[in-house]
Amino acid sequence: MRGVGKTFASVVALDRFDFAVREREFVSLLGPSGCGKSTALRLIAGLAAPTSGAIEWRDGKKPERGALGFVFQEPTLMPWTSVAGNVELPLKLLGLDHSAAAQRVSTALEGVGLAEFARAYPRELSGGMKMRVSIARALATAPPLLLMDEPFAALDEITRFRLANDLLKLWQTLGKTVVFVTHSVFESVFLSSRIVVMTPRPGRVFAEIPIDAPYPRAESFRTSPEYAGFCRRVSQTLAQAVAGAAA
Amino acid sequence: MSVEPPVTPEPRETGRRDTILRVVLPIAVLALVVVAWDLAVRLTNTPAYQVPGPGLVVSTLVSDWPILGASLIATLTTTFEALGLAILGGVALAILFSQSRLIEYSLYPYAVILQVTPVVAIAPLLLIYLPQPAAVLACAWIVAFFPVLANTALGLASVDRNLIDLFALYGASRGQILAYLRLPAALPSMLTGVRIAGGLSLIGAVVAEIAAGSAGAGSGLAYRIAESGYRLMIPRMFAALLLLSLAGIAIFFLLSLLSHLVLRRWHESALSPER
Repeated sequence: MRGVGKTFASVVALDRFDFAVREREFVSLLGPSGCGKSTALRLIAGLAAPTSGAIEWRDGKKPERGALGFVFQEPTLMPWTSVAGNVELPLKLLGLDHSAAAQRVSTALEGVGLAEFARAYPRELSGGMKMRVSIARALATAPPLLLMDEPFAALDEITRFRLANDLLKLWQTLGKTVVFVTHSVFESVFLSSRIVVMTPRPGRVFAEIPIDAPYPRAESFRTSPEYAGFCRRVSQTLAQAVAGAAA
Repeated sequence: MSVEPPVTPEPRETGRRDTILRVVLPIAVLALVVVAWDLAVRLTNTPAYQVPGPGLVVSTLVSDWPILGASLIATLTTTFEALGLAILGGVALAILFSQSRLIEYSLYPYAVILQVTPVVAIAPLLLIYLPQPAAVLACAWIVAFFPVLANTALGLASVDRNLIDLFALYGASRGQILAYLRLPAALPSMLTGVRIAGGLSLIGAVVAEIAAGSAGAGSGLAYRIAESGYRLMIPRMFAALLLLSLAGIAIFFLLSLLSHLVLRRWHESALSPER
């Protein structure tokens, strides 16, 4: 998969924004608030159209319905239906009948460790569990590409760490490509195989930093000197990106 | 994979005491007022054609039940027919508005005009052009449909932006967005509209019956009140008024219960306050 995007919005959110994603990569878009990270993600998802430039896909055509999953900053669940009903939604919209969807729903829920909460309602869940449901919903159609827009930003740190660990495991076992938007240096270093550092408005690619620490990355990676080294490098690059724009 | 424990509600003792107070206090006030009323009538020797005592009102209610019961059923029939049509009309119009801005811009002002024109003023005209039962029904419908329309339209319009994006991501059709997203999201405010409309359709029916008044064919409770007034049957007026109040209260509780049953699994308004 190869996406090259460039765009202008009415306010210039992204300017000659250009980067490629390879298959099975875990790429983070890292930048300060308002640098157009989310806009970039929405463009990839086809939720907005670029004002200039284009998004190119490897096989030359746009992904089919259900070929990409999107996880929003908030869980964005429908409160009127159960966890299973929420996860079933994408399948229902693609025209699968209930019995055909049931198997996929339970697989997706098992993947995020919520199999026994299928009948619960969103109101009864904690913030972290809601986010798991949101991830399960994005995975329900078994999309090769997963787009995540600061999905853990509203969670407390303990929950965030746990979800990050679990997300990495899912990514490895399912062999997805992930584009992950974040403003956290530490989160992006822990998760990513590559980090795209962006400048503040208008958003541009400032630098690309490969994080070539081997997977699987366990909890111990968070405290390793190697991790600290990557974090320092990425932080410095981010600082330069912000300073460069201010100058 | 491990998972955080679910949030469970924790019932508290103070909550239960609060519920008891909510039931007991209004009943105590009622008892106090009835006793005071009774005493006042007795001590001042007020004749029943001026103010009847509570005992007489109740005994009139029992003795006149054949007439009053039939009238109650007539009024309630009108009320529920009007409510049903108001829900149908209000929801259908709200859906139409949500699908087409042009239709909304063309028709919404007239819905408002219909609402702000006092129904007492419209009733005599309707009574000229429509047979009486239809005119009464039309009056009740006019006052009841607007809250359903306004609240449903609001609910259909206030949908989580991210959910709309999600539906767009999977290429949902307009019909799918309406059925799976907008209508369920609008349900709480729709039910609020229905609850308001329940009370209003009773008021509309009563207003129209009073306006119809001397036309004679009517047999609803409001007609009985007007008729009893002309004939100085004051205890029966009170009894009919009591029945109307009880009907109003019953409709309110019925619709509140319906709303609670529909929303209890998910909506904030159905949560018990102590959580």
